[in-house]
Amino acid sequence: MRPFPTFSQAPMIAQLTRTERQNAILICLVIAACGFLLAAAGRDDPISIHGALIFVACALMIFRIGKDYYAPEPSDERFAHYYDDPSKAGIVLSMAWVVVGLAFGDWVAWQLVYPDLTFGGGWSSFGRIRPVHTTAVIFGFGGNALIATSLYVLQRTTRARLPDQLSPWFVLMGYNLFCLLAVTGYMLGITQSKEYAEPEWYADLWLVVVWVVYFLIYLRTLARRKEPHIYVANWYFMAFILVVAILHIVNNLAVPVSLGSAKSYSAFSGVQDAMTQWWYGHNAVAFFLTAGFLGMMYYFLPVVAGRPIFSYRLSIISFWGITFFYMWAGSHHLHYTALPQWVQTLGMTFSLMLLVPSWASAGNALLTLNGAWHKVRDDATLRFMMVAAVFYGLSTFEGSFMAIRSVNSLSHYTDWTVGHVHAGALGWVAMITFGSIYAVVPWLWKRTGMYSARMIEAHFWLALAGTVIYVFAMWNSGIIQGLMWRTYSDSGTLAYSFVDSLIAMRPYYIARAFGGLLFLIGGCIGAYNIWMTIREPREAEARAGDLPEPRLAAQPGE
Amino acid sequence: MSIFGFHYQLERKAIGLVLGIVLVSSIGGLVEIAPLFTIHQTVEDAKDMRLYTPLELAGRNIYIREGCYACHSQMIRTLRDEVDRYGPYSLAVESKYDHPMLWGSKRTGPDLARIGEKYSDQWQVAHLINPRDVVPVSIMPAYDWLLSTDLRTDDLSAHLKAQRAVGVPYTDEMIANAALDAYGQANPDSPRAEGVTKRYGKATTVRPFDGLPGRLTEMDAMVAYLQVLGRLTDAARKPVAQAGAVQ
Repeated sequence: MRPFPTFSQAPMIAQLTRTERQNAILICLVIAACGFLLAAAGRDDPISIHGALIFVACALMIFRIGKDYYAPEPSDERFAHYYDDPSKAGIVLSMAWVVVGLAFGDWVAWQLVYPDLTFGGGWSSFGRIRPVHTTAVIFGFGGNALIATSLYVLQRTTRARLPDQLSPWFVLMGYNLFCLLAVTGYMLGITQSKEYAEPEWYADLWLVVVWVVYFLIYLRTLARRKEPHIYVANWYFMAFILVVAILHIVNNLAVPVSLGSAKSYSAFSGVQDAMTQWWYGHNAVAFFLTAGFLGMMYYFLPVVAGRPIFSYRLSIISFWGITFFYMWAGSHHLHYTALPQWVQTLGMTFSLMLLVPSWASAGNALLTLNGAWHKVRDDATLRFMMVAAVFYGLSTFEGSFMAIRSVNSLSHYTDWTVGHVHAGALGWVAMITFGSIYAVVPWLWKRTGMYSARMIEAHFWLALAGTVIYVFAMWNSGIIQGLMWRTYSDSGTLAYSFVDSLIAMRPYYIARAFGGLLFLIGGCIGAYNIWMTIREPREAEARAGDLPEPRLAAQPGE
Repeated sequence: MSIFGFHYQLERKAIGLVLGIVLVSSIGGLVEIAPLFTIHQTVEDAKDMRLYTPLELAGRNIYIREGCYACHSQMIRTLRDEVDRYGPYSLAVESKYDHPMLWGSKRTGPDLARIGEKYSDQWQVAHLINPRDVVPVSIMPAYDWLLSTDLRTDDLSAHLKAQRAVGVPYTDEMIANAALDAYGQANPDSPRAEGVTKRYGKATTVRPFDGLPGRLTEMDAMVAYLQVLGRLTDAARKPVAQAGAVQ
């Protein structure tokens, strides 16, 4: 019985050169010192707990590296293979986050049915654990899956090895430290309150450092590429990295109360802050949850289907359309508010135009499956990707529809928005990720296939049923809510009190929590299946595309 | 050269793609956001607009900490049913000093933009201790620990200073007296109470919000904040013509 086969089979630390091991320890020491300073500066403040957390995380990392520090150096044979250890770790972390994130999600869903389903303390009340759910699934699950798959795809499509072995680990571990600071922070009451940008100033600064290194890995690998053209998946990954950086930096501009305080005040206020926040918020959807995952789709869907992408030109049109139009659409979150009307109108207009590049992508994906539909029928992995493309098309249509001002007057502030988000998050983001992970796990760990094809099948149907139940429940509750709030009686007064609408929601909240539970069970089965695939060695030949071309000369930087 | 021919060349250059992405993605934000800071009409003028007192600001930070914004909006839209249900629609000036804004995106509970003084302090305290004691079908979490937790005041001056750094016009006197003002606002019988109305205006409410005079709790701060929502200025209640004339 080997509890950590992932790491013991091909010891990951031993793959690092001696210099890389030294540098890793040095970096950990520097970050640990920063953690210590934070803890010391904020003795009376919750930031001290985070300082201690950073310190302990770095100490553990140093011990882990130190354990294998004297392992023999890797042979030069490593240059004949792509460097996939960080991708492996990223996949495992991603599956851990999805189980945690979905579990928190279902917990908050049940809290809306049974409001006292807390542990009494503040940490477990709805307002604090809802962002734990959103951060764990978006950034924990989605982000780790993006880092893992982007590094995998980048190497295969450029036929170049990553430029060094340390920086991808820095990105992966640093990113997970950010996620950990985020979710523990909410439970401690540390939040900026900006939706999907809740982490406080020090975590935000840290993410900038991590993100710059991530971007540099991309540029350095592209510089070493042996393919003259940069493949479409990499356009999307680059747009994801670049634009998320812009959004993150601008939206999080803030002044901390002091260097020993977790609290900061946003540089913007009121209407400008609202517009900046939803410019960020909507484009977090666009460039984190769409562009990044489109990058995933453009690689894994054609490879698994065994078909080339249907249209090169459609992919160009949809890429630049998405990159340009999305950035205008954020103001549709602010219809009928104190935001100037011209900005609202621009947001609505561009949201409608956005349907063109969105459907170009969804159509491109589905048409790629022409000639492979028998595989979709037989293989749940490819079916995950097909359904993801369908949900992508559906939720982008719904999004454009809801951005129309008069529709938005009904849908805004209601559960319809929540349903829309989950159609995209469960139906598109999670499904394309699960499909890609099921494809890549056997390739990464050199297995003949996943541990159990029937478990993938079970996961698929649980995920689909859960998503459909969830979305239908929220459509019903959202539209009923919206209608009840605006219904007038014959005497010209409002027909329903707010509490009336609350009572009407209860059955739908139960249905939603049940749908979420199905999705969670599916996620757990998936995690188990992946774990067993990794544990049970069933060696297979390396996939043909997994070896870089033989090296002709020493590559720069090695 | 066709557009696709151009792209065929572009996608061979990493830096070209990077610059293209940054350029194309920046336009939307520049056109929509930058003018909001320069066009004067974006935020109305309201001469009677007052600042949050230190106690109200502390309450606002508790509101943020507990994630209240996840279920309660603070933005009444320009729709008839919203105005009938919640009061006059929200003006930009009303959140002028809100760093960050708390307009919200979801109404699992009702809008709170004009909740101030709609209910008594006693109702608010009872409701926060256990919402189901006053609204039997409520699904709001209970916040009973607010009443037993003392409010931290030693860092309030630093908070006001940071607020000033982002543009809220707190005076040196306000910053120096932040902690004492927080205490005074919740203890009308104390000698500190007078300074609060002197610095923040006559409209400031000075009351033992949590019903426990002599002790300053997080409940004091929370209720003080809820009671000031929608009451920092009267601009929204004035007829449109008059509001325009204020400029």
